[in-house]
Amino acid sequence: MTFDIVLCGVGGQGGLSVSVVIARAAMAVGLQVKQSEVHGMSQRGGEVLAHLRIADREIQSPTIPKGHADLILAFEPLEALRYLPWLSAERGTVVSAITPIRNIQQYPDIEAILGELRSLPRVRLVDADTLARQAGNVRSANLVLVGAAADLLPVSPESIEKEIKALFQRKGEAVVQANLKAFEYGRHSIHS
Amino acid sequence: MAQMVLSGDEAVAQAALDAGLMGGFAYPGTPSTEIMEYLQEHIGKAPAAPRGIRVAQWCANEKTAYESALGVSFVGGRAMVSMKHVGLNVAMDPFVNSALVRINGGLVVVVADDPSMHSSQNEQDSRLLADFARIPCYEPSDQQEAYDMTRQAFEYSERHEVPVLLRLTTRLAHARAQVSTSDPIVPTLKGKCTDPYSWILMPAMARRRWQALLEKQAIFRTDHEVAASLALRSTKLGVITTGLGLRYYLENEEDWAAAHGGERPSHLHIGRYPIGTGKIRQLLDHVDRVLVIEEGYPYIERDLVGMFGAPRPVDGKLSGALPLMGELSADSVRTALGLPQHEAALAARMQLPGRPPQFCQGCPHADSITALKAALEGEAEFFTASDIGCYTLSALPPWNAVDSCVDMGASAGMSRGAGAIGQKKSIGMIGDSTFYHSGMTNLVDAVKHKTPMTLIILDNGATGMTGAQPTISGTSQLPSLLEGLGVEKEHIRVLEAHRRNHEANVQAIREELAYEGVSVIVLVRECLEWLKKVRAS
Repeated sequence: MTFDIVLCGVGGQGGLSVSVVIARAAMAVGLQVKQSEVHGMSQRGGEVLAHLRIADREIQSPTIPKGHADLILAFEPLEALRYLPWLSAERGTVVSAITPIRNIQQYPDIEAILGELRSLPRVRLVDADTLARQAGNVRSANLVLVGAAADLLPVSPESIEKEIKALFQRKGEAVVQANLKAFEYGRHSIHS
Repeated sequence: MAQMVLSGDEAVAQAALDAGLMGGFAYPGTPSTEIMEYLQEHIGKAPAAPRGIRVAQWCANEKTAYESALGVSFVGGRAMVSMKHVGLNVAMDPFVNSALVRINGGLVVVVADDPSMHSSQNEQDSRLLADFARIPCYEPSDQQEAYDMTRQAFEYSERHEVPVLLRLTTRLAHARAQVSTSDPIVPTLKGKCTDPYSWILMPAMARRRWQALLEKQAIFRTDHEVAASLALRSTKLGVITTGLGLRYYLENEEDWAAAHGGERPSHLHIGRYPIGTGKIRQLLDHVDRVLVIEEGYPYIERDLVGMFGAPRPVDGKLSGALPLMGELSADSVRTALGLPQHEAALAARMQLPGRPPQFCQGCPHADSITALKAALEGEAEFFTASDIGCYTLSALPPWNAVDSCVDMGASAGMSRGAGAIGQKKSIGMIGDSTFYHSGMTNLVDAVKHKTPMTLIILDNGATGMTGAQPTISGTSQLPSLLEGLGVEKEHIRVLEAHRRNHEANVQAIREELAYEGVSVIVLVRECLEWLKKVRAS
């Protein structure tokens, strides 16, 4: 078993921290992980990207080959489109937020972006911001997305919940609860 | 023994702590910064030294960091200095000369290269600089090896009394994986080196030391030959990998075997330099052709091909089988192995605009650069040299505010040189951390020669681009330092970098640009990332 995830978004969205949640949950059940990201100039306020590879055997390349990803977890819809060449055409799914971050000139028409995403064979578009707000913390939109992808991941939702608790413990019970709720709302969103 | 999840940087730092590191020193630089951040976070929890104090310290620049590490080695403690690849250029003087002294406490020089220039101005390959200094170079291929090799590097450094360069690359430094660590040792302080003259590089003594170093080369080659792993299998293809190239090759090895009747290529992996010739010769004798997969310059490949060609066809970066620039990937290695690309049928139909890095919301630099641009409005003749830091982003639209960005401190030197030969309104723009790193000495030159120039120091109290580390010396120190360097007091202007002071700041910049001598404008306001970090801790 191998499961490759491209996580992408815009600097400051906290996308990379959920990569840690998934990675730790996978390790807790004895899977191997390799997680790759880039810091520094290429990150500052621009696009951010992490590769997370999970397998039941030794993982070689720290980055995912093109056409190989099982999942693109996008915290911003334009960024979801940017990394499509990494998605497996046969089995890959895109789980993407729908709210654009327009911090660049000439941001394309959002309806055209969402239209392209909808035309993919396997896609889940999630109003992560609204669901996160309903869960009590707009900053937990990234966990709404993890929730919306939970059934695809090679780890159980319970083990992810455990890691959410561990990661946010330091920030207090209210933050833990909001993030758990965000994860749960995400999971429910794909059945409605 | 413990299981941990570590990035390559963190694995190196953890190994150094477990190896009994007494002194770690660094200047921030992507992708090496996290080594020192990890050391600082964990050194307090590591076993205490029975003699002496264990330290992990940021330094003014890579040269000062290197020399601190040398001092630790001299008095018999294990030392590590870490930097990005271009940092080694700054530390080149102590680096090359430290190869000649009789290393006492093990000295490991960690250099993180940045092929593809994710966050750098060039993609130089530090393996060639280890060769230049005639010292051993270790190149791990994953996080576990980063841990193991760091520990071995300390031992090898002490056994052969030379520094060992540990070369990382971005994808190794910044990728995380499970690492099993081995038991920590209690740090020892052996006391200072007692061999007379072995640390005094006057010509007569240096010649002796140079000879000793040259004589060690054969030992290095033999040891590294033993460490290299050779598997003779298919006769059709021999693959030589180094560092991370191994992982990209192994990613594709099964597919190659499937396409060639189940047989795998013959394979030689090299992780230590300088390398001997025995295993390479065995491989070449066994196969029809060779593919060299190495991250960085075509270093092994160039040696193999030499001036007159290898006995077998050699593919790699020189032959064009792999791209000569940029980092390797599983995809580029796949192509070089002659395998068809994975299907990547999916792509956006629309043209996607890039999302370049930009200033944080409310960044003080944005206000400073807005003021500078306003002050220069209508001016026909000016030169604005920038430097290495977040403010370099002002080279991009919509700012287009600067003419150059070359190396740490170059803004001060270039604006001085141009000002010296008559360039009007010659401006250097430099961050406070970069000024302490390499800008100060240029200002000394300017004062001596009364060069008409204006240096703008963007003082945000931090090295921002690398994730906000504290500047070596505080804001309050700057005016007295500048005065001490000889800048006239009335031409040292300290301003708050904030849009509410825009008019006053523009006026002050205009006044100093009009002055036909050395002037320095310090624009002060804290880096927002740094404030966030301070508040979180």
